[in-house]
Amino acid sequence: MIKARGLARRFQLKGSTVDAVRGVDLDVDAGELVGFLGPNGAGKTTTLRMLTTLLRPTEGEATVAGRDLRTDPAGVRRRIGYVAQGTGAGMDQRVGDELVHQGELYGLTSTKARAKAGWLLDQLDLAGLADRDAASLSGGQRRRLDIAMGIVHEPALLFLDEPSTGMDPQSRSNLWDHIRALRDDLGATVFLTTHYLDEADALCDRVLIIDNGRLVAQGTPDELKNQVADPARPDRPTLDDVFLTLTGRALRDPAA
Amino acid sequence: MIRETRLVFVRALRPMLRNPTVIVFGLSQPLLYLVLFGPLLGSVGGASGSSWQWFVPGLLVQLSLFGTAYAGFSLIPEIRSGVVERMRVTPVSRTALLFGRVLKDVLVLVVQAALLTAAATLFGFRASVWVVLLGLVLIGVLGVAVGAASYALALKLRQEYAFAPVLASTVIPLMLLSGVLLPMDRGPGWLYGLSRANPLAYVVEGERALMAADLGGRALTGGLVAVALVAVCASWGVRTFHRENA
Repeated sequence: MIKARGLARRFQLKGSTVDAVRGVDLDVDAGELVGFLGPNGAGKTTTLRMLTTLLRPTEGEATVAGRDLRTDPAGVRRRIGYVAQGTGAGMDQRVGDELVHQGELYGLTSTKARAKAGWLLDQLDLAGLADRDAASLSGGQRRRLDIAMGIVHEPALLFLDEPSTGMDPQSRSNLWDHIRALRDDLGATVFLTTHYLDEADALCDRVLIIDNGRLVAQGTPDELKNQVADPARPDRPTLDDVFLTLTGRALRDPAA
Repeated sequence: MIRETRLVFVRALRPMLRNPTVIVFGLSQPLLYLVLFGPLLGSVGGASGSSWQWFVPGLLVQLSLFGTAYAGFSLIPEIRSGVVERMRVTPVSRTALLFGRVLKDVLVLVVQAALLTAAATLFGFRASVWVVLLGLVLIGVLGVAVGAASYALALKLRQEYAFAPVLASTVIPLMLLSGVLLPMDRGPGWLYGLSRANPLAYVVEGERALMAADLGGRALTGGLVAVALVAVCASWGVRTFHRENA
């Protein structure tokens, strides 16, 4: 579903060059739920922005959902969904209007978009909010609306950028259920970034760890834990231990 | 492409339809000029007609400039929150993302211009319906150019504190040097020369000629300048909307 080779991005900032991503190889199979982990500034969002056509790679190539990123970005856009860190709904727009509009932007007829929007609002516990202004939603509701907008066109591949940042524990676990359902019920491939290791552990089949613009490890959460298991210590390592060992830094930088 | 532009247009229009009083508030500035400044111009019109025939067309150009130059402000919160980025990931053409918004502002502008013209008739402004319609077309064309430039600038600057001063330092001199308020040829030579370098001055003259039912050279020049402005500003706008990481 995703195949990237040597993906790199360099930024020119006030005379100095910053290599945000330095040659990432990625393979994600259809139906996988993959977590993309890394400290702040490691290159997670830059990689995601390249894979979603928002940023042109300075080097490397990738096929995303069967389309070449460089030669057919519009083809990629038609086949993917992307839920960014920010809020996708306009604050002066009504919830239902925004969702229907998003469907229409992806080419659904107005009738189909309306039906789909109604169904999604039900599925994501947003029923009855269609006529409310997006500004009046709670943080968790807003996030679920973002997800609804990301999947209204039933993409085969969904990118989520830090989907649960800033949510309370209930909303977070509720969101996880919805993300699992995307994969289990709709058969979507899900690629999400996070810097909550419990989230990656609870949710993801496979985890990729990026640091300093390079992939430093990948595997199932269990495989990664086994890699850093210390026979001298009786307690089983957590993903936090894996992360600290591999990147030498703590993850939850408050500057997130 | 037309379908996509319409989708973006309808979305942009919705909050305004729910709160149409905004359209009237947007008229308050030109109405103040009409009521508190227009009567001072007693002698400007010369022998050919009242000063209102001279002043109202310029006021419409001013409305077009101020009405659409600030349009970019509506984009900045949507850039910041992520709305623009969400739409950039959809397959919708970048041109539609720009022009759907611009056309919303132009529609509002044309409605405001019609209301302003109607108000001006209370003061003695006279023009036939078809002349007014032609005048509204020219105003609308100018609005497309200024609106496209405003959105491009907003997308480049991304912050209100950067956008506002750039706008003020562009729009005010453009307005003062366009001869909207007083005839430029009454000023010193250097000032008149400066105004000749301002494309809006030709649009103002064209609008005055149109509203006087004079479809000669001045009207044509004004129209051509407005179309050229659309070509320049729209291609800048489309390029900016296409640019990566914008």
